[in-house]
Amino acid sequence: MKSRCYARSVLPAAPSPSLPRYVRPPPPSAAPSEPRHRPEPFPRGECAINASTSPPAVELRGITKRFPGVVANHDIDITVRSGTVHALVGENGAGKSTLMKILYGMQKPDEGTIAIHGEPAVFGDPGDAIARGIGMVHQHFMLADNLTVLENVVLGSEKTYGIGGRARARIAEISDAYGLGVRPDVLVEDLGVADRQRVEILKVLYRGARILILDEPTAVLVPQEVDALFENLRGLKSEGLTVIFISHKLGEVLSVADEITVIRRGTTVGGADPKKTTARQLAELMVGSELPSPETRESTVTTEPMLTVQGLRMFETDSEGVERTVLDDIAFTIHKGEVLGIAGVEGNGQAELVEAVMGMRGLNAGVLTLDGKDITRTPTRGRREDGVGYIPEDRHRHGLLLEAPLWENRILGHVTERPNSRGFLIDPGAARRDTERIVEEYDVRTPGIEVPAASLSGGNQQKLIVGREMSHLPKLLIAAHPTRGVDVGAQAQIWDQIRAARREGLAVLLISADLDELIGLSDTLRVMYRGRLVADADPATITPQELGSAMTGAAAGHLAHQPEDPEAPGESGESGESGGEDR
Amino acid sequence: MKKFDKDRVLLGLAAPVLSVLGALIVTGLVLLASGKEPFHAFHVMLTYGSKSDSQVYILNKATPYYLSGLAVAIGFRMNLFNIGVDGQYRLAAFFAAAVGGSMSIPGIIQIPIIILTAMVVGAAWAAIAGVLKVTRGVSEVISTIMLNSIAGIVIGYFLQDGRLGVTDKLANTITTKPIPSGSHLFNFTTQTDPVVGFIVFAGLAGVVYWFVLSRTRFGFDLRSVGRSESAAQASGVSVKKMVIVSMLISGAMAGLVGMSTLLNQSYQFSTDFPAGIGFTGIAVALLGRNNPIGIAVGALLWAFLERASNGLEFEGYDKEIVGVIQGAIVLAVVIAYELVRRYGLARQQRQVGAELAAAGSDDKQEVTA
Repeated sequence: MKSRCYARSVLPAAPSPSLPRYVRPPPPSAAPSEPRHRPEPFPRGECAINASTSPPAVELRGITKRFPGVVANHDIDITVRSGTVHALVGENGAGKSTLMKILYGMQKPDEGTIAIHGEPAVFGDPGDAIARGIGMVHQHFMLADNLTVLENVVLGSEKTYGIGGRARARIAEISDAYGLGVRPDVLVEDLGVADRQRVEILKVLYRGARILILDEPTAVLVPQEVDALFENLRGLKSEGLTVIFISHKLGEVLSVADEITVIRRGTTVGGADPKKTTARQLAELMVGSELPSPETRESTVTTEPMLTVQGLRMFETDSEGVERTVLDDIAFTIHKGEVLGIAGVEGNGQAELVEAVMGMRGLNAGVLTLDGKDITRTPTRGRREDGVGYIPEDRHRHGLLLEAPLWENRILGHVTERPNSRGFLIDPGAARRDTERIVEEYDVRTPGIEVPAASLSGGNQQKLIVGREMSHLPKLLIAAHPTRGVDVGAQAQIWDQIRAARREGLAVLLISADLDELIGLSDTLRVMYRGRLVADADPATITPQELGSAMTGAAAGHLAHQPEDPEAPGESGESGESGGEDR
Repeated sequence: MKKFDKDRVLLGLAAPVLSVLGALIVTGLVLLASGKEPFHAFHVMLTYGSKSDSQVYILNKATPYYLSGLAVAIGFRMNLFNIGVDGQYRLAAFFAAAVGGSMSIPGIIQIPIIILTAMVVGAAWAAIAGVLKVTRGVSEVISTIMLNSIAGIVIGYFLQDGRLGVTDKLANTITTKPIPSGSHLFNFTTQTDPVVGFIVFAGLAGVVYWFVLSRTRFGFDLRSVGRSESAAQASGVSVKKMVIVSMLISGAMAGLVGMSTLLNQSYQFSTDFPAGIGFTGIAVALLGRNNPIGIAVGALLWAFLERASNGLEFEGYDKEIVGVIQGAIVLAVVIAYELVRRYGLARQQRQVGAELAAAGSDDKQEVTA
């Protein structure tokens, strides 16, 4: 209702209702052949005129989707012009991914309309969307590791250009045209993350996509790879393709996007011109409030060790029977009041390290000491009772019972502790009361404590978990991506909680993909690469770029002793700034 | 209990009621297709099934069904499918009968010994499947089915003259030695047949089931594993230990299934000892949604249907029609629960969606202002 007034003032107005519904649309091949390179400021009033001359590539009007567990979309209005990079920004959990699934035909909207190149479209499944020239590069790649690039590209689309020479020629053609540099005969399992992403992009282009959706494409990349990706995107744009770029990293968005639409809590709250907007303004639009910062500069590190890890090794036998070392000679100490951050590209042993410290997986070698007590042989429950708090990386798998009500989730992991139980009996009354307290104190937005955890959005689920873990006054907190998928308000609150507990002597093992969170929150930084701690760094001087290159294995040792050290103060200033940008 | 959510109770009741209704419709159609009049058949079932001697029969039948349903439900609560209740209770009843027949001490001591024997044997038999699952990764579905057959063979081996069996010349069957009359369990006398005394133990088992699962730490751990193995493990539950322990409990509960027959009716184990109750228990547990009261209702319904089939036979209907009803109920239960679950989810979505919409419209005002 209010969206209409808002749409008029901020977003390009909807095309006139007299949009001819049965007029033949321009043939799909014709539309991109007239790329519109006119550098336009963010269209405001003139949009209606634009729409009548050359229809926008994508128009979403009044999209509403109700969906369990995730934020619902409601009254979404977006216009994406042809031949632009259009960024869709919003917090994780704001509803961006759901919206893109709707556009890609994976979800059906409950209300609202989609128009592609001015023609109304209804997508029953992704096949329909592909037929209309929409392609999606998923956040998690969908490639078969044991096939070559060529085979992966052709897979499922064998009829387009065959599977032989014609397909190879077409792949080479696309790769050259957009500067993707894809080698068709390499096995996908030998490719790095960035190369795999390019294969995904090529796959989509091969299927004739003229509108590309990239869902959080930078989440898995280190800064250098992000720059390369953006070059590719600019290449696509110059060829007249339309790119919809989903992200919550604002620095990146501002550097690559032509137009920006902000989504907050499931609805479009405004647009922005990347040339005139600062990251901070955009972030505030995205968050609806002032920005938090993860910076914690006053040191609370003591000399008393809380967790000591020595000679930790873990082997894993994969499905082919090959034994692999997933953790190799890990050693570190976290003192009381210290936050130890582990940086690393995902899949380099961080998850295994967490499971080792939690006691969820057996060690092949090594000693764990918590507050002077050897806990190497203590089972998970014993470690929890000894004061290990756990914010898991995958809250659905490890942190919650999705079908159970909130108050039972409050008990989970602390069933032997007060107020959840007395002796061998559960105390549902006390647990319920305490859940009410957590919901109140941690601002968990929920209709009540009897609803199943699945009906909460990701951020609220996370707040519940953080509240639960903090309620038992842990000595050591294992925080794996503690603010992933959490709105900024909750993010600030979680950071505050960690900082406050740290002042009380809490030791934190922090694992995060968000380098700014790592740098901002940690007292000590370690870099993990292929199961080893290969480098350490001082968060006061390190930049995300330096950390990024260590994460790819390019640097090792003590990173602050790099030749750039004298410049470090200046760079740390930059890092602080980008820290603001990226949220 | 304080927060009595009326909607949720209604939703919980909707599924079983829907499934019974659906089953009746299906059965009606089957009857129509075979040229019989369905409403008369239902009428016959109702009048015959509610006679006083039928009532006693139903209670006596429902007792083992209830225990069997509980045994299956313990597994269900942990995502374990104990199909082996059948073998477990038969083996348990057999050995309990053998132990009971070989002793002659006061009932007050001997009856508990018999019951305990049954529970231990049932638990041990179920534990085999549990151990196989945690050590070798064998699906309990497969192993318990196999163990059912093996249990039959084991009984066949021991139930022979000179081993644990004696030949009953009159009936020309082989049975275990009868349990001495001093160790017969009490019955409730009625105007017609007596009601088995073991029904008291069955009721007690239901209370224990409810209390352990919903009020103890152990029960919480067990339910956590059922809902999410990974989350339970992260919370500190040893999933492997839990699999074994719950199989032990499920098997011990299964051991009780044959006790009402043994201690109240037959006093010996013979080749015609009731079989197949373990499978009935699966249907009953499904129908009762693993809820102790629901399982009781399911057990009574099942017993009623079986009784009513006799009535149908007198009136010239095929008694197999009851089998159709039972089958249709089980199918309908699965479908109805799924439907109700989805409806419940949609309802939840609407609630959350409504809250979001309210919050969202506030936000927009902020921005446009």
